[in-house]
Amino acid sequence: MMNQLLSGDAPRSGILTAVLLLIVISLAFGPFLFPGTRAFSTLGTICVFIIVVSAYDLMLGYTHIVSFAHTMFFGIGAYGIAMATDGMGNSFGAIASGLAGALILSLVLSLLLGLLSLRVRAIFFALVTLAVAFAFLSVVTQLYNLTGGEDGLRVRVPRELGPAFRPFDQPLPGFSVTRLITALVSDPGNPLQAFKGAIYEFRFTGRELMYYVVFFLSAGIFLFLLRLVNSPFGRVLQAIRENEFRAEALGYRTVYYRTAVVILSALLATVAGATFALINRYVNPENTLNFELMVFILLMSVIGGMGTLYGAVVGVALFTLAQNYLQDLLRWVGGYTEGIPLLAQLTGPDRWLLWFGLLFVLSVYFFPTGIVGQFRLWAGRRRRPT
Amino acid sequence: MSFDQAVLETCDLTISFGGHIAVNNVSCEFSRGSLTSIVGPNGAGKTTWFNLISGQLKATSGQVRLFGEDITGLGPARRSDKGLGRAFQLTNLFPNLTALENVRLAVASRHRIGHVFWQMASQRRDIADRALSYLEQVNLARRADTLVAALPHGDQRKLEVALMLALEPEVFMFDEPTAGMSVDEVPVILDLIADIKRRQNKVILLVEHKMDVVKSLSDRIVVLHNGELVADGEPSEVIASPIVQQVYLGASEQRVDDGEVASHD
Repeated sequence: MMNQLLSGDAPRSGILTAVLLLIVISLAFGPFLFPGTRAFSTLGTICVFIIVVSAYDLMLGYTHIVSFAHTMFFGIGAYGIAMATDGMGNSFGAIASGLAGALILSLVLSLLLGLLSLRVRAIFFALVTLAVAFAFLSVVTQLYNLTGGEDGLRVRVPRELGPAFRPFDQPLPGFSVTRLITALVSDPGNPLQAFKGAIYEFRFTGRELMYYVVFFLSAGIFLFLLRLVNSPFGRVLQAIRENEFRAEALGYRTVYYRTAVVILSALLATVAGATFALINRYVNPENTLNFELMVFILLMSVIGGMGTLYGAVVGVALFTLAQNYLQDLLRWVGGYTEGIPLLAQLTGPDRWLLWFGLLFVLSVYFFPTGIVGQFRLWAGRRRRPT
Repeated sequence: MSFDQAVLETCDLTISFGGHIAVNNVSCEFSRGSLTSIVGPNGAGKTTWFNLISGQLKATSGQVRLFGEDITGLGPARRSDKGLGRAFQLTNLFPNLTALENVRLAVASRHRIGHVFWQMASQRRDIADRALSYLEQVNLARRADTLVAALPHGDQRKLEVALMLALEPEVFMFDEPTAGMSVDEVPVILDLIADIKRRQNKVILLVEHKMDVVKSLSDRIVVLHNGELVADGEPSEVIASPIVQQVYLGASEQRVDDGEVASHD
């Protein structure tokens, strides 16, 4: 059963299984474990980006197609929802037509890009996608009466997905892991008190409902992709990655496969963009189309481990947590280094990007196959000690 | 279709790179049940001719016909679908996949299941079993789970042949299948070729430098020299013909009767 669900592609490493379970449980019970809007938005971002990055991994890790237009498709999805609800009101009809329009636009653009890869290969293909993505970004910024320009658009979601909607009459009980840990650290002698203090109540609103839509969508898409890469089709993709010339000689028309992958990846990014708009309820060029975001997607993919899909989950979780909480960590460390010259400067919360960059360099240096690749390597060594 | 109808034909096939004509007006027909060796000194255009037939290169002029159909405009994948099987001279495999997975890709292509994305590849026991049977045929079954990059050169050559077998082609194109193999490995491949010849009524083309091999296996020898077809006929006649003696002696100062004339292109 589990083997069917994971398509026979288990994590194949004890530590990796533990990390993945931790992530899945945290996401599945997120609103019940982590109170507060910031935690909520972090959870939502992780779910959305698991879709984005695993779709990207299908292209980059499994087929070796380097595209910088992934954020463009993400943005198309997000703006499709934002513009449709802006123009048609906050109905489910507007969401459906926004999503449909976005998917059609993504389909056409990705089909063109896929066919282009027939003529333009490798680095040149990557450069073309970069140019297309930048062109799209400037179009969105210029058409400000449609897209809101740099200011972006607020997304007015249907009442059922907003904070005013309450499917349950009573508030639900939650158990705050963060409060528990903080209490245990600050007062280790009193675990009972810490446990009691961790219990809280919260209102399950339309926002939580939306979160669960995204969570199940993300889980479903991930399992679908896991099946895809372990299917005969997925094997052909790996063959193309390994030796495209030979794959062609074996009778596989590689351009069809590459185009199919580019299109599928684009459509999934579009869906992810749409859910992002609905859960974040604010869309602008910076949070959907920026080149910085593209680099982040690439980093998540590389840090987690390309060509493993599980790497997407680990990479996204780690990256998003670092992005959101590294500043807090530094502020906390800064409390101890205050007054020490240089060190105090280096540990200020606004230096988070410096530390983040350092973490990235170290992780690529020590784990060239990504976190997942490294875990599997260790597990393999343990099984066959040399 | 009559028995004698040509399965594969090249008609005035020509390719030039800039000013250099690598294959010049080569016309040749191959019919069922025949094994034709293609010989010639280095740079004679043998591999280039193969590349024109299997579609890796596009002809400057002339035609390639398979079962009477003009396939000159088709790419290598379509030609493979139509029954042209090719084993490459320089080993050309999927290095980071296992030996079994390499063959499985060929079997999956033959069974046209490359588009299947809803099934696990591992659920298709039929495909894996077939792949394994081809590995057995080339004596590689015990290496099924080894990554190709870790296989010795000789085993990689055998795998190259297994991939072509798995495609179940109408035309088998062997490009120096035994090059770089150790002496005790060569018979495995030669027996295999002889076996295909005996049991299957297919077209076999063989580029080979070892004259003893050529003499013992072939029904016919085609000699290429400077991109042109200079001799074509029964093995004993062709080898004895003055032009062949001249071409080969001119190329390598060796007797042609036995042994290796020239090892690599």
